[in-house]
This record gives sequence, structure tokens and C-alpha cells, in this order.
Amino acid sequence: MRFLNHMTFGQYIPTESLIHRLDPRCKILATTLLLTGIFLADHAVVYILWGVALIVLAGASKLPIRMVLGSARPVLILVLFTGLLHLFFTDGTPLVSVGPLVITREGIRLAAAMSFRLVFLVLFASFLTLTTSPMELADGIESLFSPLVRFGFPAHELAMMMTISLRFIPTLLDETDRIMKAQIARGAMLDQGNFFRRLQSFLPVLIPLFVIVFQRAEDLAVAMESRCYKGGSGRTRMNPLCWKNSDSFALLGVALGIVLVECADRNLSWFVTPLL
Amino acid sequence: MPQEFVCDLREVWYTYSGARAPALRDISLRIQRGEWLGILGSNGSGKSTLARVMNALLIPTQGACFVEGFPTSDTASLWEIRRRMALVFQNPENQIVGATVEDDAAFGPENLGFPPDEIRSRVRSALAVTGLSAKAGKPTYTLSGGEKQRLAIAGALAIDSPCLVLDEPTAMLDPVGRAEVLDVLASLHAQGRTILYITHRLEETLLCSRVVVLNNGAVVADGAADDVLSADACGGWGLEPPPLLLLRKALIDSGRIPSDTLPSYTALEAALCPSS
Amino acid sequence: MSIVVSALGYTYHPGTPLETVALEDISFQLEPGQWISVVGHTGSGKSTLAQHLNGLLPPQRGSVEVDGIPCRKGEGRLREIRRIVGLVFQYPEQQLFAETVFDEISYAPRNWSCPEQEVERRVRTAAERLGIPEATFQRSPFHFSGGEKRKIAIASVLAASPRYLVLDEPTAGLDTTSRKELLALLKELRSSEGLGILLITHDLEMALEMSSRILLLHEGRRFFWGTPDELLPELTERNAVRLAPPDILALSSRLLSRGCSVPLTWDWETLANALNRDPSFILRKNEADECAS
Repeated sequence: MRFLNHMTFGQYIPTESLIHRLDPRCKILATTLLLTGIFLADHAVVYILWGVALIVLAGASKLPIRMVLGSARPVLILVLFTGLLHLFFTDGTPLVSVGPLVITREGIRLAAAMSFRLVFLVLFASFLTLTTSPMELADGIESLFSPLVRFGFPAHELAMMMTISLRFIPTLLDETDRIMKAQIARGAMLDQGNFFRRLQSFLPVLIPLFVIVFQRAEDLAVAMESRCYKGGSGRTRMNPLCWKNSDSFALLGVALGIVLVECADRNLSWFVTPLL
Repeated sequence: MPQEFVCDLREVWYTYSGARAPALRDISLRIQRGEWLGILGSNGSGKSTLARVMNALLIPTQGACFVEGFPTSDTASLWEIRRRMALVFQNPENQIVGATVEDDAAFGPENLGFPPDEIRSRVRSALAVTGLSAKAGKPTYTLSGGEKQRLAIAGALAIDSPCLVLDEPTAMLDPVGRAEVLDVLASLHAQGRTILYITHRLEETLLCSRVVVLNNGAVVADGAADDVLSADACGGWGLEPPPLLLLRKALIDSGRIPSDTLPSYTALEAALCPSS
Repeated sequence: MSIVVSALGYTYHPGTPLETVALEDISFQLEPGQWISVVGHTGSGKSTLAQHLNGLLPPQRGSVEVDGIPCRKGEGRLREIRRIVGLVFQYPEQQLFAETVFDEISYAPRNWSCPEQEVERRVRTAAERLGIPEATFQRSPFHFSGGEKRKIAIASVLAASPRYLVLDEPTAGLDTTSRKELLALLKELRSSEGLGILLITHDLEMALEMSSRILLLHEGRRFFWGTPDELLPELTERNAVRLAPPDILALSSRLLSRGCSVPLTWDWETLANALNRDPSFILRKNEADECAS
């Protein structure tokens, strides 16, 4: 399990690039805009534009395009499943029959559209986590939600919870590995037997983990208190977030880009029949 | 106005809620500025309780504890006390909050609301003193046990606590880690910081200027290390004198070396083989 | 009938940027009734070695054989090996999970499909050995102190009646009394039941005192394999293994080199007795008396 040590949550790759240097708030907002934009896309041609945008972003963040595409690997099964679902179960003009299932023209279009949307969704979301450290993300979320604090929204507590959980993930993975080995050494069949057998064998792994986690929570709370932690009020940061001009430009650029793509999208109906 | 006593315990009793016997009985102890005090005791002697009472994590059930003149029972002075008396815990893992070394060292100063520049300079010097400067940006889960404890000490230095209380900091460390921690403490002591060192390993208290022994919640001995740590009494307190002291005592008893030989291996060697 | 390790090698994450050679060319043997201590700095491969003896890790290079059964991936006899070799991890109290002490200790024998009567007998024997009173069998294992929890965890490994016991730093975090108790127990298990013991430790003094043979690892390689007496001169001469020699040993070595007739030893009592009997002592005492008068 030690291999996960070099992969942090969201696979943050610390490189020096334009995108890496942007304020996390800018990146979070830009990603939200991008994701919205993808869902508004109607034409196949537009997806090509989004593809170009992806390549440009990859270049700007000095990340190899292969690595960026690789982040979509976990969802490929979901994409395939969704695609197949739309392919076989959409009503419309039939094209081909595969046994009892009928593939329609609309089905093909829908399958393609949904698949592309999902893939782009994941890829653009990964850009956020590939170029922003978990700490920055937590800070960014805290800052963006801080206006809601007056309404009782626990922005700081949320961010603190995020940071602490992320910090302990590698430790927990090590401990899980150790406990699993200890139980296997005592004859537990964690690597054999059918599904239910394995599930049952997992209780002796889950319970000790819970004990460790609860003890840790208690110890950590005491340690934090003794280090003068009293919540979010009055708390400063060593590296406070600083919104620069480059952030404004980037955000405006993204917003503009989406508007342009949308215009192109709508005008394309003059030349190409819409996909949906 | 700097107080003469960093910590002043007056007839302190402490009983955990639901416990039959008190954990601390009638403890009266005064700790001078700049002392390196060793607090010895076997498991269950009350040492950890004492550490927590001194840091205002626990309030005495009877009697009073004053830290730099502030009573620990006064909730208004809580943060003043915690700022002046930093606590380092036994489990290196469960007191580290930050994902990276410098993030964790900055936790204390951030809680106290210092401006970012000041936090950065405090963190830098704290990491330099504890020998962790080279690891400033590294993730905390990659640190060894000894490094984690040094990081905890750096956290205390970053808030500039004049007094450090360490609750069995080396119990879970290997010999290399133990040596690292003791080295750092020795240099801090030389700089004038007050150190309260709680342990059950006698050999670690040989560097202390003064040793207090706890047994069953009460102070049973208080004085210079070699006076307190004679072989006979230790057994009754559940402590094992280190081989050095046992050897020294055996040699003094037989008249082989003078009784004023210092408790160190170099002194023993010099006394046994005086260079002629 | 023994554990035979020959030319064992293991690399973590081969072919990736994280590739680390944990063990290289390790060979030794553990017989029943023998006590071997494995000593080395952190990262020298001790824990990796322990996991090979129990079939948790298959050897990548070389071989491990337990009572003639080879430890090999897909060999299918790994469960047999795990019955024969009991493995106690560091801080074993972290593996406790059962509702009662009895359930915890009976976990291993039940996994090995022992009949219920046999399970009960084994639990009782193991508990008795570790000094766990029967009255506590129905209590939750989480209601005990750290040292007692550790006893329960060790009892749960012993209940499987292994022929060999591998322990990774069993005295870590224990106070002096508990430590002595545990070592005495292990000694007894070795002598009365002929258990083969492999103990991983940082504590050189403990290794020198208790073992019949010591395996010293340095950066994954075998630095020394022999008896404690053979190891003593090696320890004082070379400091290359990142393990400080026990202070008493270093002192006795320095005294030896300065002409005192003392044996090379890590034990303070032996050294004290030798020094008090040192003939040159009488000479110096006379000199001192002469100076005084």
C-alpha cells in the first residue's frame, strides 16, 4: 500500500506553471464555469473546441496530456455503461437491430453526447485537483464560503476537517495495511473465499481501525486545544490567499471563452443539425 | 513582570470523574525558570495527569496551580497559560495537524493571529533550531518518529513558549529518535528555556538539573538526579536505575572510585584509569 | 524441522520511481528452541523479513522454507505456514476487535478450524501463560490497560499453538516491569515448549542478553550472523551499522584498551565485579593511600 504515498488526494502534481500559481478561488470558480459550459454544449463540433481548450490548459499547466487523460480512467466504466444505456434504450428512428435491442440514430447521438460530457466533466474537474494542493483547496473553499458564516455556515470548520482528513489519509492506509496483515497472520481469509466470506472477514479490520480513528480524534482535539486553537475567529494564515490581476484575467478569460463557445454553438445550427 | 516560578502547584489533588482513587495527591511543587526538571514515575503514578494539570487541560479538584502567576482555574487566562506552557505528547502521530512540516509548525502562530510575515519568520527559526529546515516542504507522514517529535517541539518554539512540558516524548521512538529529541532539548535548555520532562526511563533524566519522582500520585523524592536515583529506592517506585548508575554505585561502594565521581561514562573512565 | 532462509531478496515497487531494495541476500536458520534476535537500524529490512517468515510476503529472490514447506506465491500452502509461524506485530494491541477476551483469543484457532473443545483448551492455556485470569474472559478486551491489551493480543497468537514465534519489537512502549515479565515469558516458552523465537528489536542489550544467535541487518544486507560473544568485538570496532554499541560495552572496550583486565561485556554487574577484582586496583589504592598520608 506504500505506493499510494506518492499519490496524494486528487493526484496533486506540484509543478511550476501559470495555472499552478493562480489563486485557488479563481480555479474553483473557473472550473464551475467550465463544467456549466460543458453541459450547455449542443453540437459535436463544440466538443472539438472543448478538446482544444483542454490541450491548451494542459500546456499552460505544464502537465503531460497523457497524465491528464489518465485521470479519466476511473470513470471509463461509468462512461461505457451510460453510453450503452443511451445507445440501446433511446426511442427514435431505428438504424440497427441487435437481437431484442434496437439502436436508433438518436441513441447514437445521445450516447456520444453523454459520454463526451462525462469525460470532459471529469477531465476539467481533475485539472482543479491536479494543479491545486489539498491545502489550497481547503483554503479556497473556506474563503469562498466565508460570507455564509454569518448565516451559521461552518466554513472554517469544514476546511479544517478537510485538511486534517487529508493529512491522515496516508497514515490510515498504512494502518489498514498493518491491521489486515495482522489478521491474515491469525488466519483471517481476507484474500480468499466468496464475497460474503470476505466481507465477514473485514470486521476484524474495520473495528480496530475505528478504535484507532476515534482515539486519534480525541488525542488530536486535546493537542489542538493545547496549541491555542479556538476555532476560526481571529485565526490568520501563514500563506494567505492573494487575489492577483492574473486571477481576474483568467476568470474573465474563461467566462468569455464559454460565452464565445456558446455563441458558436447556437450559430452552428445554421450549418449543422443540432445533436440534441 | 516575569515571575520567579514558571509553575507553582499548591496542594494539588486531582481525581478523574468516576475514579475511586485520586490520580494526584497533595502535590506541592515549584518550578524555577530555566530548570530542566525530570518527572519520573512508573505507569499509573500520575505523571501524565500532572502534565495536563500544568497545561490547564485539567483543573485541580483541590488546591491550585499557577502558571507564570496565572491561575489555571481562571478561564480568562486559559490561552495565556497555553501560550506560555507548550505540551508535547507521547504519540508523535496524533499531535501533528499540518499536511507539511512548515504548515504544522505554523499552526500555533496562526491560532494566535500573528501576521503572515511574522509567522513565516517564526516557523523558519523554529525549524532551524530543531534541525528540520531541510524538510520544511515535505509531507508530515514521511517523517520518522524522532522527526515528528522534533516538529512538535518546533511548534512550541514557534509560539515562543518559555516552558515546554514533554509527556514521555521518547516512549514510542527508536534509539536514534530518542537521541535526536534529547539533543534538541539540551540545546533549548542551554538557551534558557524551562523544560519539564516526564518519563519512566531514568537514563534520560541524567541531563536534568532536578528530578521529582511520583509514586501513586504523590511526590516521593525531589532533588538532584544522582541523589534521587540511588538503586535501593527505585525498585519500590517501579523504576529501574540505568546500568550507569548501578555500576557507579557498585564501584563507589567498593571504594574503587571516589564518591564524588559524576554520573557519566567519561567520568567513570577517568576515575578508573587516571592518565598518569 | 526448521525455518531456512536462503539468499532472500525483496524489492518494494520494482520498476517504479519508488523502487527500494528492502532485503538482499539474507541467509540464516531458526531451529525450534532457539532464540534469534534480528537487530538493525530503522529501515534495515527487519519488518520485511518478519513478514516473509509467515508467508505474508512471497520472496522475490532466494527462498524461505518453513519445516520443509516452501513459501511461494500460489503455492497454496501458505495457510499451513501461518499455523506454524505465529507473528506478533509491533503494538499488537491495535489488532484487537472482538466483543470478549475469549472471542479475541479464540480467533486464530477458530480460523484454523479447530473443534470447539480444542479451541477452549487452547484459549485457556494461552491465557494462563500470559497471566490473563479466566474471570476476565467475558469482558471486552478494550477495557484493559495498554500492557494487558498487549498480553491479550499475544495470547491470541499463542492460542494457535505455533511452533515458531516471530515478534516485532514486543517491548516497545512497555515500562520496565512489563518488559521484564514479557521477556521472562518468552524465555519460558522457549525452554519449556521448545518454541523457536525470532525477536526483532533495536535494543542491542536485550539481544545480547537473550539470544542464542544474532542477525544484524544493515541496509537490507546481512552484516553479522553469529553468537552474542562473537558479535561483541564487531560492535566496538565498527560503528558502521548506525547502532550505538551499549554504553557498558563501549566502556569495557575502552578500559581494555587502556590496560585494565576486564572482559568485553554489556552487563554492568560483570564489569563491576571484574573491576573490583582487578589486581591493579590494589596497587593504585596503595598509591592513593601513600599520597594521602
